[in-house]
Amino acid sequence: MDNYAVQLENFEGPLDLLLHLIKKNEMDINDIPMAEITAQYLGFLDAMKTLNLDLAGEFLLMAATLIYVKSKLLLPKMIEEELDEEEEDPRAELVRRLLEYQKYKEVSQILESRPQLNRDIFARQAPEPEVLEDVEGEFVAVGLFDLLDALKDVLTQNPEAQVHEVNLEQLSVTDRINSILSLLHGRESLAFVELFPDGIRRSEVIVTFLALLELVKLRMVRFMQNSRFGAIWLFPSVGVEDSDDLKLGDDSLGYS
Amino acid sequence: MDTVDLVPLVEALIFAADGPLKPERIAEALEIDQAAIIAAIDNLQLDYAEQPRGFFLQEVAGGYQLRTRPEYADYLRRLGRSRPFRFSRPALETLSIIAYRQPVTRSEVEYLRGVDSGSVLKTLLEKHLVRILGKKDVPGKPMIYGTTREFLELFGLSDLAALPTLREFSELAPEVEAGATTSESLPLLVDDGVVNESSADQDE
Repeated sequence: MDNYAVQLENFEGPLDLLLHLIKKNEMDINDIPMAEITAQYLGFLDAMKTLNLDLAGEFLLMAATLIYVKSKLLLPKMIEEELDEEEEDPRAELVRRLLEYQKYKEVSQILESRPQLNRDIFARQAPEPEVLEDVEGEFVAVGLFDLLDALKDVLTQNPEAQVHEVNLEQLSVTDRINSILSLLHGRESLAFVELFPDGIRRSEVIVTFLALLELVKLRMVRFMQNSRFGAIWLFPSVGVEDSDDLKLGDDSLGYS
Repeated sequence: MDTVDLVPLVEALIFAADGPLKPERIAEALEIDQAAIIAAIDNLQLDYAEQPRGFFLQEVAGGYQLRTRPEYADYLRRLGRSRPFRFSRPALETLSIIAYRQPVTRSEVEYLRGVDSGSVLKTLLEKHLVRILGKKDVPGKPMIYGTTREFLELFGLSDLAALPTLREFSELAPEVEAGATTSESLPLLVDDGVVNESSADQDE
């Protein structure tokens, strides 16, 4: 049982482990000796426990399934039942799952062996084009992941400077909201990157981003992009033209 | 337009595009019949295959892109252009199941794999290899997942029908040595004859 320890890491889950055990013992998949496979499987679980590995619930569930199937096989069959249309072998579902799992396991290895873009194969990397005037495609709403990606881009472009300063001008989220609104005033749209000019401080980036999130929450602006990974644009929602007299108290936002 | 040779023109467009370029787009831009474009592309592909070039014209995600030949991978990596990304086995298994079974729910994936796949799925979503297609009309309205255009681009697949053929087993396959690289031992089973119904939704 010693050699179990080394291999434990290699199993993705109970199906993987079962497949391994069946193959190692050269068992017939269509006639799995349940007593033996169950004993071996439980032996594995014991080894895992000895190693204090966190036993995933799935492994225990499979143990229960194995014991259930095994006990079902042990039950004597009622004569009438036998006369019935052939009852399915209790092992059948397990076998189906094992074969099905094997299928995807194999194909995932084939997929892995294919040349992969940016690992084995490379394409020219064109800089992201600035939004063209005659862009095709409708604007679609921007998802959270895209928005976070955009924030990450800005943060990467403006790494935290290692200089220590004092008396930073503090910019509040409310101020920033108002300045974004005045930027938007009279315009149809505003590029996301326009709000983050070069050399912007990280704290300003954060404040601006928070302000943008607040504006979306208040339904005063919408984020749109017209292609996947395309530039993100800010549009004023309808009816916010006269938002100049918007009174936002700092407390109302919960930021200081 | 008749005076311009179409082949180098198409080559120029594909070269300048920032991703796989679809024949429809080219046809639209040049106002030329799509069949002529495809013929020009075939021509180009042949040219690249015959000449000692560092790159070739690959059909990916319904379009065409110039890509470096895989045999130069080692040298290109030295340029440090990319952090080589390796899939974990759980990620690959999950991705494979989604690719072949889409639209598929998380619980279907987990039943097939026999393990919780939530975090793997999240990673695949973040990497834009998998996307949410919608919700299944069953109690609980679980999300259904499918692969993305980026998935096709990553693995150099023209569409979902170009996925390697799934082998049906009634027996167990011989055990693959753990840790052994599969790249040499496994043939690339690309079967163009496979029709995958869901491939139509893949495009955009």
